[in-house]
Amino acid sequence: MSAQTLSFIFVGLSFALYIGIAIWSRVGSTKDFYVAGGGVHPVINGMATAADWMSAASFLSVAGILAFTGRDGAVYLVGWTGGYVLLALLLAPYLRKFGRFTVPEFIGDRYYSKLARVVAVVCLIFISFTYIAGQMRGVGIVFSRFLEVEIETGVVIGMAIVFCYAVLGGMKGITYTQVAQYCVLIFAFMVPAIFMSIMWTDNPIPQLGLGDKLNDGSGLSVLQKLDQVTTELGFNTYTVGTRSTIDTLAIAAALMIGTAGLPHVIVRFFTVPKVSDARKSAGYALVFICIMYTTIPAVAAFSRLNLTESVNEVAYSEAPAWIEKWENTGLIAWKDKNGDGIMQYRPGHAFSPTKPVFTEARGTYGERVISNELTSSANEIYVDRDIMVMANPEIARLPNWVIALVAAGAVAAALSTAAGLLLVISSSVAHDLMKRTFMPDISDKKELLFARLAAVVAILIAGWFGINPPAFVAQVVAFAFGMAAASLFPPIVMGIFSKRINRSGAVAGMLVGLSSTLAYIVFFNFVSPQLNNPEHWFLGISPTGIGTLGAALNVAVATLVSRFTPAPPPEVLDMIDDIRIPAGAGVAHEH
Amino acid sequence: MNKNADNKGQPENDASAYHHLEAENLPPHSHHDEETLSEIDVQAYWRANVKVLVVLLSIWAFVSFGCGVLFSDWLDQFSIGGFPLGFWFTQQGTMLCFVAIIFIYHIWMKKIERAHGVDDDDNGSDIDSGAQS
Repeated sequence: MSAQTLSFIFVGLSFALYIGIAIWSRVGSTKDFYVAGGGVHPVINGMATAADWMSAASFLSVAGILAFTGRDGAVYLVGWTGGYVLLALLLAPYLRKFGRFTVPEFIGDRYYSKLARVVAVVCLIFISFTYIAGQMRGVGIVFSRFLEVEIETGVVIGMAIVFCYAVLGGMKGITYTQVAQYCVLIFAFMVPAIFMSIMWTDNPIPQLGLGDKLNDGSGLSVLQKLDQVTTELGFNTYTVGTRSTIDTLAIAAALMIGTAGLPHVIVRFFTVPKVSDARKSAGYALVFICIMYTTIPAVAAFSRLNLTESVNEVAYSEAPAWIEKWENTGLIAWKDKNGDGIMQYRPGHAFSPTKPVFTEARGTYGERVISNELTSSANEIYVDRDIMVMANPEIARLPNWVIALVAAGAVAAALSTAAGLLLVISSSVAHDLMKRTFMPDISDKKELLFARLAAVVAILIAGWFGINPPAFVAQVVAFAFGMAAASLFPPIVMGIFSKRINRSGAVAGMLVGLSSTLAYIVFFNFVSPQLNNPEHWFLGISPTGIGTLGAALNVAVATLVSRFTPAPPPEVLDMIDDIRIPAGAGVAHEH
Repeated sequence: MNKNADNKGQPENDASAYHHLEAENLPPHSHHDEETLSEIDVQAYWRANVKVLVVLLSIWAFVSFGCGVLFSDWLDQFSIGGFPLGFWFTQQGTMLCFVAIIFIYHIWMKKIERAHGVDDDDNGSDIDSGAQS
């Protein structure tokens, strides 16, 4: 059977499974819709959290970034997993004890202010939209490949599916569906990794295979071979970093603080029965995440070797079939600069602008003709980094069912995250904004209607960004983390650990943190992208890492403003005392 | 339970020993009742909690920013399982440490909470504390 037919079957079967679970655990009340009734076992919750959080970015993009940037890319691994420590130690147990539905609710109550709640909702919406845009791009890449359509069409198909899927059920349905999705995505990620590890090193464990010797008798280890190949072709040496230390630190910190500030991840810890379970749950989530995250470097390394070997100095007419297929999606392009009919893979961009602009015509060898200006670089190939994981099984000539499996896994990764995010967006709009701020009298039914409307708007906007992405999936997602770091994490942590931070301080801090970070990202990515280089960055910190400064600014402003304004009232101090001790946590409830 | 005031300032090992001793001598009781928690219990518990956080977050920062970034290049002179050590930390090592930190935190806190009588054992989801309403 062809890879395409198999992909249809695999994706179809996995969908049937998710929808079946969603129907089996249909939600009956708003409480079920938001937090699954507070009765989910920590291991189950950990697995669902892992699926929720491991997005299309983790599944598709991180390995691609690592493959092309080597050591520099590892900051994403450290940053995204390190955040769980902050989450488990600083947030999860206390928010569980607090026992409400949403992050804005905590901020609204702790800072005894409707304004604070509204500001938190605004922050949350910015974060979630940015994040979900990355997911749409990811879904688009998957569908464009296995339906063999342009990436734009792929994004639209993805939007339709996410819409049907996420608006169906609430948190309870999502929790168990996400467990299924975790199983699908981890299996789909590990199988090709194990295959590739055996192929290069005979070692079936990819984590160990990465450090192993090659099985070709050369006596070189995988990493030595990679360094050799990359250096020979003029790329940066694979195991040597090139990013400045300050920027690496800033990015790592922004991603870590951001992970801990992500509303759709925090809300997960409302669904465990006990405070101690919230801690355990964060631990299990990280275990499940690390199974994949420690495999990513191996996948990256093997795929870089595979890619170089199967593309560089190979005649286009003899190129493997996957090149043409990905060319049809517009994510690979080749321009025969030196007229030898052979593909040269070298450092630097092959043309300008970097992304290929295709004409209708076909060239001498049947390649798609592009209208971009050529650069002086000897590189003739454009490869979108985000395709690496999807293309891996084909590049490594693995059986068709592995290709289909990866498609199903990527869809699972994108869907589980998109659904979690949509839920957070819709619950914030319907619950925090409508029910608790503007229209306190609306019925449960109306609230659910608002929730679904918000999800629809979110999907449309996210789809637009998916078609016109400001950067690679993982980078778009990284911006969301930066904003979460700068806006939501500081007021939550300060709200628990300080009794002095008050309403005015928190609101000022959030506004300054979010707006400064957003402005920096927008300026360098949309207003003046030509200035987006280390020379123009503030203190040499890239837009990806700026969330760290935003968070610091947030803390500074909040502390300063709080000092000159009245202390929080006694009932708020009592509330802080209460959330600090684990005993007596009831189920999450509304009032 | 309120006699835990005597524990104030003692290392938590002693406190936990005290707790076990007390638990053996007393009839079964619900130590989760909010009324039984004195201000001093809560303060001592909170101080112990903050101490745990400071210790574990220092390790976290050392591993992630230290081993993962600052002295990563220096660590490359050593090797582990075929990897230069610094490179290994950036690709796998930091993550393993993170997992360990969270589970150590969970176990350590459990111990402290039992010692201070603020743990949530047997506290089923049907028990509702009035403090949140």
